[in-house]
Amino acid sequence: DKEYVGFAALPNQLHRKSVKKGFDFTLMVAGESGLGKSTLINSLFLTNLYEDRQIPEASARLTQTLTIERRGVEIEEGGIKVKLTVVDTPGFGDSVDCSDCWLPVVRFIEEQFEQYLRDESGLNRKNIQDSRVHCCLYFISPFGRGLRPLDVAFLRAVHEKVNIIPVIGKADALMPKETQALKQKIREQLKEEEINIYQFPECDSDEDEDFKRQDAEMKESIPFAVVGSCEVVRDGGPRPVRGRHYSWGTVEVENPHHCDFLNLRRMLVQTHLQDLKEVTHDLLYEGYRARCLQSLARPGARDRASRSKLSRQSATEIPLPMLPLADTEKLIREKDEELRRMQEMLEKMQAQMQLSQAQGEQSDAL
Amino acid sequence: MSKDVQARRNAQTGRRRDTETPEHASGHRDARWSTLRRAHTCTPRTGLPETRTDAAMSELVPEPRPKPAVPMKPIGINPNLLGYIGIDTIIEQMRKKTMKTGFDFNIMVVGQSGLGKSTLVNTLFKSQVSRKASSWNREEKIPKTVEIKAIGHVIEEGGVKMKLTVIDTPGFGDQINNENCWEPIEKYINEQYEKFLKEEVNIARKKRIPDTRVHCCLYFISPTGHSLRPLDLEFMKHLSKVVNIIPVIAKADTMTLEEKSEFKQRVRKELEVNGIEFYPQKEFDEDLEDKTENDKIRQESMPFAVVGSDKEYQVNGKRVLGRKTPWGIIEVENLNHCEFALLRDFVIRTHLQDLKEVTHNIHYETYRAKRLNDNGGLPPGEGLLGTVLPPVPATPCPTAE
Repeated sequence: DKEYVGFAALPNQLHRKSVKKGFDFTLMVAGESGLGKSTLINSLFLTNLYEDRQIPEASARLTQTLTIERRGVEIEEGGIKVKLTVVDTPGFGDSVDCSDCWLPVVRFIEEQFEQYLRDESGLNRKNIQDSRVHCCLYFISPFGRGLRPLDVAFLRAVHEKVNIIPVIGKADALMPKETQALKQKIREQLKEEEINIYQFPECDSDEDEDFKRQDAEMKESIPFAVVGSCEVVRDGGPRPVRGRHYSWGTVEVENPHHCDFLNLRRMLVQTHLQDLKEVTHDLLYEGYRARCLQSLARPGARDRASRSKLSRQSATEIPLPMLPLADTEKLIREKDEELRRMQEMLEKMQAQMQLSQAQGEQSDAL
Repeated sequence: MSKDVQARRNAQTGRRRDTETPEHASGHRDARWSTLRRAHTCTPRTGLPETRTDAAMSELVPEPRPKPAVPMKPIGINPNLLGYIGIDTIIEQMRKKTMKTGFDFNIMVVGQSGLGKSTLVNTLFKSQVSRKASSWNREEKIPKTVEIKAIGHVIEEGGVKMKLTVIDTPGFGDQINNENCWEPIEKYINEQYEKFLKEEVNIARKKRIPDTRVHCCLYFISPTGHSLRPLDLEFMKHLSKVVNIIPVIAKADTMTLEEKSEFKQRVRKELEVNGIEFYPQKEFDEDLEDKTENDKIRQESMPFAVVGSDKEYQVNGKRVLGRKTPWGIIEVENLNHCEFALLRDFVIRTHLQDLKEVTHNIHYETYRAKRLNDNGGLPPGEGLLGTVLPPVPATPCPTAE
């Protein structure tokens, strides 16, 4: 009889710790306005995040630039707390001229990485706030014929920096054949343009056949064709359902024959939330970090590094990326540097004095 | 009097009800008169009071229509003075002429790709008049600049021939940078006006100038549910003064009833706030009747929220055009589902001629006036702009030797 050591209980311990710590998850939603992004978020997490939103009129949007908005909500379910942050990109794809309109988004994602890198390299690492974007739901229009030029440009700019899950919004505009054809077209285009979307990991070989089949089906349905709704429709069916009521019928959000909402929810929330975070940390963030440090290590490669006084540091210190720091922080750093230099000078002077004193004593002794 | 003469006279006296037939008429003839009338309920025909055979006349028995009160006089006493003249037959004459010559109609469709423009035009005219192939999977690439593609078809209905030209604008609004993407469209419209103007100023004019001017521009609004997009505003601002624009909400089967009415209200308000006059323009309402009818359309129905389809499905034993989804079948011509029928009636059945007239009398005239002004009051061709002047015949120069 094998002796029982007891570390099989390790997952439970992890579980308890995680539950106490809580989870945080940052989800970005991007895409043209009017594709049902906010409604889908509300449906996915059964909240009402966008109560106070003001949708500007078209004439106001003529000169609008893209902004990044963050909305946080704490959701608790079964004793587990999740701090969910939803990052919105109003103004994307709105203007007449959308050139480079994705740059603020790319900059935002990189800033989160920089922040994390700084925190990781800092002294107090106990409470690092992870504000990195773990997943980006990109909404594709059901009215187009696949990816539009703007979609391709955005995806190419961010695919190496964030997990992308492509989604077809307002999928009740499409008949089943049209949905299939559109999904096929989008998959082809993604391959052609070499855009790396988030790859749902293969399920373990020891899972049963049913699960594997389900998993394969879910993977086939990417991009997910979704319909969102927070309204409950009582249309005389067996029970009230969440859906959209039309004169010709009711679209049920949670009916897998009507749309892929359930699939998306399952894959995003129920099975792959942790994996998304891990891929963000292990793959995307590490890639960013490596790129960053490499460019710092090259002499003279970055002007800021050569100009900074931090380059005269000892080998034991880790080079930090120079961020566009706020003025006060810069001042603090500069003052710190001055203090250190003055200390060094003092030590040198002291050493010299001691030396000259010793020499003086020697000469005196002679 | 003989029966023949009597019948002829009766035909001359026009479309009168049974009660108004002259005293001499026998009951027998009345019966014949009424049966003949019933036989011709489909099309109104005038009884032309000319020399025709009796048989032909009986064919031309006119339809009873409410007529202005003309005092009935016994036949034989000055029938031409206080009787029926026949000027209202001009309508029938015009109709006959139109049927012979047929007429032109040029409709332009503008909007982002994928909004169902081609399908809608095919549904409107119940034939494959647009460039779209019938399969969904088009392999065509989005063009880099806006192209203008005009395709003409002759369609016929009830003896009336229409030369329909559908002008498509692929590439509009599809690029990342859509600055000034309406310029090729504006240029095309002005070019058609220019063509017509050149024909008009010709010394030897054609009997019937071919009309390629754009009579109607259907602008497709994406059903975002929020409001108009900046590109929509820009386009309509620039082009509403040049052509009749009819805004249309495409693929309206993604909006519930409440969403639809809210969206329409917001769109109407935005158009008003920005001073965009879509067709039917308020300033061109001719009389009170027009105004009330158009007001109702402007303030309640437009922009029409439409769904197009070229597939038929079986619903309640009938075959209808529609879209079949797992949650129901959307019927294109069902007013409870979408407003396609309203759009069709508006464009084709009630306002087709008015669209052409506004284009000719107002938009074209504006263009013409501008051109004449630019050219110093002279028609174009006499001097600087545009046309090639006829070659000057070589005259022998007196050589100064």
